[in-house]
Amino acid sequence: MHFEFQIEGGNFSKAGAASSQLKKILKQLNVDVRVIKRVVVALYEAEVNIVAHAWEGIIYIDIDTEKIEMKLVDKGPGIADIELAMQQGYSTASQEVREMGFGAGMGLPNIKNNSDLLKITSEVGTGTTVAMTVYLNS
Amino acid sequence: MPDQQLIENLIPEELCPDSVIKQLTRESALNNRRMKLREVVELLNAKVVSGEDQLNAEVEFAFASDLMSDVLTLETDNLLLLTGLANLQTIRTAEMSDINKIIFVRRKKATDEMIKLAADNDMILIECDYSMFKTSGMLFGSGLKPVY
Ligand SMILES: Nc1ncnc2c1ncn2[C@@H]1O[C@H](COP(=O)(O)OP(=O)(O)OP(=O)(O)O)[C@@H](O)[C@H]1O
Ligand SMILES: [Mg+2]
Repeated sequence: MHFEFQIEGGNFSKAGAASSQLKKILKQLNVDVRVIKRVVVALYEAEVNIVAHAWEGIIYIDIDTEKIEMKLVDKGPGIADIELAMQQGYSTASQEVREMGFGAGMGLPNIKNNSDLLKITSEVGTGTTVAMTVYLNS
Repeated sequence: MPDQQLIENLIPEELCPDSVIKQLTRESALNNRRMKLREVVELLNAKVVSGEDQLNAEVEFAFASDLMSDVLTLETDNLLLLTGLANLQTIRTAEMSDINKIIFVRRKKATDEMIKLAADNDMILIECDYSMFKTSGMLFGSGLKPVY
């Protein structure tokens, strides 16, 4: 199964809509609730990161009998030092983002925690790609 | 209390006086305390703004934070969330974290949009006029447990 979602940078009223859709789909597919939680928490963190830090993005989701693969490709400022960004507490979030309850620098470490595979690539000034996989029997 | 009866039968009075047993039993009762949301609402003088049908649900653990980044790292099930952050992302965060009980503290109010999203996800939303400190303290004192 394949799904795609468009994400608008800066639009916090829509942030989470894609993750919410995926959650409903996984429930219908009778995926284990603990697996669903890992998947949607990881996707929501990555989705909010596009809204908070980038300009626009697309989420590609592929589901088969073994795994859920999610790829978020955004156009945005990119991440200069991915290792630094992965550290808990590192954040460049704006005041506006902090007022929305985010910007603690916990999202990327939390994505790592909730996914089985994670690969982040980025080009400064162009954008970031976050690819993550969760195995259904994990 | 059945616990106390059991202990009394097992341990003779001369080895362990009644007062000690009562204290131990009280502690164990508090340790296993769950609260009905109806009791929570009464205790806090609070107002249910969505999900009234869930007042008989029980809760054992609570977590207090205005930071959704923090909430998203929790792994405990059946959690009561206390927060002073009242916006759509509070509801979204709860949805992703499988949290369906939220208390807004410090007189923060849920918007119509939040109430609608909460209803779609079978959540109960409660508004409370007390500070985060007071709300947490009252619930902790009533036996609700922290996540960590
Ligand atoms: N898609 C992205 N585009 C550009 N920069 C990003 C992107 N995702 C993350 N970053 C950068 O990495 C930092 C760390 O991200 P992380 O998700 O861990 O924390 P945060 O988003 O700042 O706060 P939190 O996730 O706790 O709300 C961000 O502050 C930002 O500088
Ligand atoms: Mg983040």
